[in-house]
Amino acid sequence: MPNPTCPLDAGQAVDLYFMEHRAKLLDIAAFLDRVERSSGEAAGDDVRIRALKKAVPLLIDGEGQRVRRMLELFSDHTSEPIPAAHSQGAIGVDPQGSY
Amino acid sequence: MAYIDPHIHMVSRTTDDYRRMAEAGCVAITEPAFWAGFDRSSPAGFADYFRQLTQVEPRRAAAYGIDHYCWLCINPKEAEDPVFAREVIALVPEFLKAENVLCIGEIGLNKNSKNELVILEEQIELAKRHNQMILVHTPHLEDKLKGTRLTMDALANAGIDPGRVLIDHVEEHTVAEVLDRGFWAGMTLYPDSKCTPQRAVDIIECYGNERIWINSAGDWGPSDPLSVPKCHREMRRRGHERSLAEKISLANPVAFLSQSPAFKLPSGVRLPA
Repeated sequence: MPNPTCPLDAGQAVDLYFMEHRAKLLDIAAFLDRVERSSGEAAGDDVRIRALKKAVPLLIDGEGQRVRRMLELFSDHTSEPIPAAHSQGAIGVDPQGSY
Repeated sequence: MAYIDPHIHMVSRTTDDYRRMAEAGCVAITEPAFWAGFDRSSPAGFADYFRQLTQVEPRRAAAYGIDHYCWLCINPKEAEDPVFAREVIALVPEFLKAENVLCIGEIGLNKNSKNELVILEEQIELAKRHNQMILVHTPHLEDKLKGTRLTMDALANAGIDPGRVLIDHVEEHTVAEVLDRGFWAGMTLYPDSKCTPQRAVDIIECYGNERIWINSAGDWGPSDPLSVPKCHREMRRRGHERSLAEKISLANPVAFLSQSPAFKLPSGVRLPA
C-alpha cells in the first residue's frame, strides 16, 4: 500500500467538508429519534439498528481506517457458500451478526 | 476532459443521458450484461437483451460520438436456477462474434449461494475457452466481503491471469485484497450504496492509482450517469493535478480494455504522457 496522501492540510479538509458532515451526523441523530417515535415493535430489536449503534463508537475510537472497520462490522464473515439463495436483496448488515 | 465510463447500463438510461455524458467529455463506455430489475422469463429474453447490447446501444451511443462496448453473461441474480442459467450461457458464444463485445461480464455472486458459485465457475471456464477477459460483479452490502473472496478463489482455482480480470464495486474492506492478488479494481459511484465520489478519491489516495478505475454503473436504480466527471471535480477540489483524473478515467481503462482485440482507442483521443 502506498503512503496515504491528500493534498489538503487538516485545516483545509475541515473547512471544506465540516458543514456537509455535520449535516450527515444530524441526519443520523434524527433517524434514530424518528425510529424511536415510531409505533410498532421496539426498534432496538432490529438487527440494522443494533449494528448501527455498534458502529457509532468506531467514529471516535481514534484507531483510523474507520470506513473499512465499519464495513467489516456490517459484513458476513462466514466462508462457505450458503445452500440456496432464497432472496435477491441485501439489508446492509449481517442478519446473523452478533450486534 | 475526455474520459471513459467503463461500467454503465445504458439500456436503462435515456438518450438525454448520452447527450449529457458526451457534453461532459465521455468518449467511450462499456456496458456489462446485468439484472434488469426483474427476472426474465425465458432465455429468449436474454437473446433479445444481447441483441440490444450488440446492435441497438452502439447506434444510440454513436449518435453522440461515444464508442459503445459490451460484456455478455448471465448475471448472478438470475443464476440460482442452473438449468435456466446454462440455457442463457449457451447463447453467449454466438454473440461474442459481434464487433463491440469485449469479454465476459459482469459475472460473480449475489447471495453467495452454491448454485451461484457453480454458474460463476462455468462462466469462468467459458471465458477461458474463448480467451476472454472477465468483468466481475461483487455482491452488495453485507455479502460483499465474502463474495469477493469466494470469487477471487474461484478465478485462482481456474488458473485465470488476474491481470485480465477487473473486480468491480470494491470498497474500503475489499480493495486491498483485490489489488494485492493482482486483479484490477473498479469503484462504483452510487449515491446510497457503494462509493461516493469523496470515498473513491480517499481510496485512490490510500491505495494508489495503479490497476484501478471509477465508474457510474448508472442503471434503473438510484445512480448518476455523470458521477465519473463529478468524481474528477472532487479530485480537483482537493488540489490533485488533472493528470490523476486522466490516469484513472482514461489511461487505466485503455490499458485494461486494450487487452481485448475488440477495443480501439476512441478517435481523436490522445493518451496522457
